[in-house]
Amino acid sequence: MAKDTANELRIVGTRPDRPDGLDKVTGRARYGADISAAGLLHGAVVRSPHAHARIVKIDASKALALSGVKAVVTRADFPTGLTGEAWDLQENTMAGERALYDGHAVAAVAATSAQLARDAAKLIEVEYEILPHVTDVDAAMAPDAPIIREGAADHSVPEGLHPNVVRYIEFGHGDLEAGFAQADIVREHQYKTEAAHQGYIEPHACMGQMGADGKGEMWVCTQGHWFIRKMCTQVLGLDASQLRVTPSEIGGGFGGKTTIFMEPLSLALSRKAGGRPVKIVMSRSEVLRATGPTASASMDVKIGMTKDGKITAGSATFRMQGGAFAGAPVDMALYCAFAAYKVPALQHVGYDVLANRPKAAAYRAPGSPMAAFAVESLVDEMCTELGLDPLEVRVKNAAQSHETSSFGPKFGVIGLNETLAATQAHPNLSVPLGPNQGRGIASGFWFNHGGDTSVSMALGEDGTVTVSIGTPDIGGSRASMAMMAAETLQIPYDNVRVNIVETGALGVNEPTHGSRATFATGKATVEAAQSMIVEMCKRAAAKWGIEPEAVEWRDGAAHPAGPNAGEYPPMTIGEIGAAMSNTGGPIAGHHESVPAGVGESFGTHVVDVEVDPETGRTTILRYLVVQDAGRAIHPAYVEGQYQGGAVQGIGWALNEEYVYDDMGRLQNPVFLDYRVPVASDLPMIDTVIVEVPNPGHPYGVRGVGETGIAPPLPAVANAVAAATGVRMRHLPITPSKLLSAIKASKNG
Amino acid sequence: MSKIHITTKVNGEEVEFLADPRDTLLDCLRDQLELTGTKEGCSTGDCGACSVTVDGTLVCSCLMLGVEAQDKQIETIEGMAEDGELHPLQRKFIEHAALQCGFCTPGILVAAKALLAKNPDPNETEVRYWLAGNLCRCTGYDKIIRAVMDAAAEMRGAA
Repeated sequence: MAKDTANELRIVGTRPDRPDGLDKVTGRARYGADISAAGLLHGAVVRSPHAHARIVKIDASKALALSGVKAVVTRADFPTGLTGEAWDLQENTMAGERALYDGHAVAAVAATSAQLARDAAKLIEVEYEILPHVTDVDAAMAPDAPIIREGAADHSVPEGLHPNVVRYIEFGHGDLEAGFAQADIVREHQYKTEAAHQGYIEPHACMGQMGADGKGEMWVCTQGHWFIRKMCTQVLGLDASQLRVTPSEIGGGFGGKTTIFMEPLSLALSRKAGGRPVKIVMSRSEVLRATGPTASASMDVKIGMTKDGKITAGSATFRMQGGAFAGAPVDMALYCAFAAYKVPALQHVGYDVLANRPKAAAYRAPGSPMAAFAVESLVDEMCTELGLDPLEVRVKNAAQSHETSSFGPKFGVIGLNETLAATQAHPNLSVPLGPNQGRGIASGFWFNHGGDTSVSMALGEDGTVTVSIGTPDIGGSRASMAMMAAETLQIPYDNVRVNIVETGALGVNEPTHGSRATFATGKATVEAAQSMIVEMCKRAAAKWGIEPEAVEWRDGAAHPAGPNAGEYPPMTIGEIGAAMSNTGGPIAGHHESVPAGVGESFGTHVVDVEVDPETGRTTILRYLVVQDAGRAIHPAYVEGQYQGGAVQGIGWALNEEYVYDDMGRLQNPVFLDYRVPVASDLPMIDTVIVEVPNPGHPYGVRGVGETGIAPPLPAVANAVAAATGVRMRHLPITPSKLLSAIKASKNG
Repeated sequence: MSKIHITTKVNGEEVEFLADPRDTLLDCLRDQLELTGTKEGCSTGDCGACSVTVDGTLVCSCLMLGVEAQDKQIETIEGMAEDGELHPLQRKFIEHAALQCGFCTPGILVAAKALLAKNPDPNETEVRYWLAGNLCRCTGYDKIIRAVMDAAAEMRGAA
């Protein structure tokens, strides 16, 4: 049960310096590419320049003839017979019969220097037979679309659909027709979003080593090293436990570093090169062409609303391409689409479609931003038409605690009402707007995830504590774990050290994903601390000659629980640590589970923009994020999640998109052309942390990392509509697109 | 290709290394001198993660060749703290939680220090435009800008 009163807490809710701060401001922290080893080889990857092509022949003889080139691998070096997701991962790691997208790996080489490896890669000759391709989701579903892979569809897909439709989902509730009949207006529009990349600044990097005995080591930047272990060994046909994976510091991930790309290649090359370690560091263009991105979406949404703003029915039909493999987050998008609303009748239909693009990876709240763009845009359009306040309409239709959600299960305790109320009360809403300026409002939703979690904790001889966790620290989570451990043990924050340990040191951990680290690893850390407290109380009880149940833990020390327990001076954690060799040996706590009690998070954003009528450029004037954190363990890093998510969403709304030419080649695989927001594009991002504690976490934590990327897409579009009178239903809202739309509306 | 012997100063210390003519200054710093605090995010001068100063000028070390480093004064993130004492910018970045993953942080700190050397009292807009060449994907820049402004104020003695 969550502690309800913040004043019981000494450390949770404060803002201490993060434990890894010094390393990260001095350049000492070691990221993926910052590793070296004796005998190191460097790997380079040969990638398809074609969107879709049969691989006729690969000739590596010229590369292998170079002095210093030690190994070349192709798909022929991988085991056969894999199925399902394992086959998909293997096929994406290294193309088999066909290259399926521009940037698909077809061969890899290891050499004694990075320059030499790149030179050698250019000498590997690949003969292709170019095949017809398709990159657009709607085109990929059309009857005449080239088939990307026969037999990739599963049983969910109804007969008669194009073979590129590989998954189908349909769910809903209520009487849709009756719902629409009760509405005063029913509106339906199509909305589109383009693929965006996670855009982490650190390119993928790893160093793998593997001998002929099948035992291996890997150093890698990843959100989850057990996932790396599982996926690499599946793809290479090895035993999971024989690969030890150590995570580096991670330079951003946002979901994109929860899977494998070139990591198995370093192991395959190492094995072929006599077990020498092989380091592979991607270039930025490799990152953009062959990793990430998220899906692109084409969405039809229909909503019925009464004159006073009650939503009577809604339907959403989403089509998403997630590259040449199943896995576009169309299901998650549909779960999120109407999550903020209580609607009597809803219908959801989704199509997961193949296209000749890189295999989509998770990107912060996968699917939710697209869904929010479609639904929250249409809600806003209808509020404008009916002359209703968009926040009041959201309050009127808000999803409620303990009621059935739009996607089926009942919500637990949710903080949507409180979030909307805090938004209404914020001073940004009363700032007057000038000409060409507009205000946009939108809400968003994301889940929270438990997942395999294993934490251990050990007492030092001086009473300080080491916590071993398995979720890489991507945004300050060492601090939140240390705070929760210190809070539970009632010892100073500085007396706790949190280490992110390798795969051999703990049970399996899922990655830092699904907004789970502070919830799941945090909950397991608290449980581990409690198990250590039990042991420490036992040691004190034995010393005092009383029952362990007669000992209680407070202020970092064991105390007799009451007058009946006897009179003994408290035994501090330092005294217990110093004596432990003589009282039964090392003291440790641990916890392994799939933590239950997840807490979902709603957020509402308010943005003011100004549109330059001469150029169509949109400037963000003011930005407000209001989101329920359950309880903020370290409020500064919660604010950071809100601000970072908002700005990624702003980028997706205004600038970012994958641009393909007629040949299916990515046209903007550098940061100059794939333009993420820069400091001069933005104002300060105002935040309000709403705290409606999650009863499923000992300190009330909800997942906070992902929700913040969903509302900006519709909020920005809604603000642009308010500023210009022009409704942009296809992101991104680039200056040229907006200028054309403004001109067309004037001519119309 | 034969390598070229380079002698130069990095963080006040004389160093020498052998540079392949195609190696960038960034490659040489990281691979030859093992100064891996300077990061590579794009290799095209778009992200600023590799920011260093050369004779006081802020540059992307991925856009300069290693062989051009002869007889220069190069400053990297590793030289920012003096005698174990953090630079005010470094302290303020920790204090303001101005880093999440920390990968862009070295480049931003080096760039911000170069700004404050030119302009000790920048306004928010000036900080934002100066740092426009340094991408951060985690923070949305808010806390970075605050940390730089706060460090500037402290360095002016105004805090």
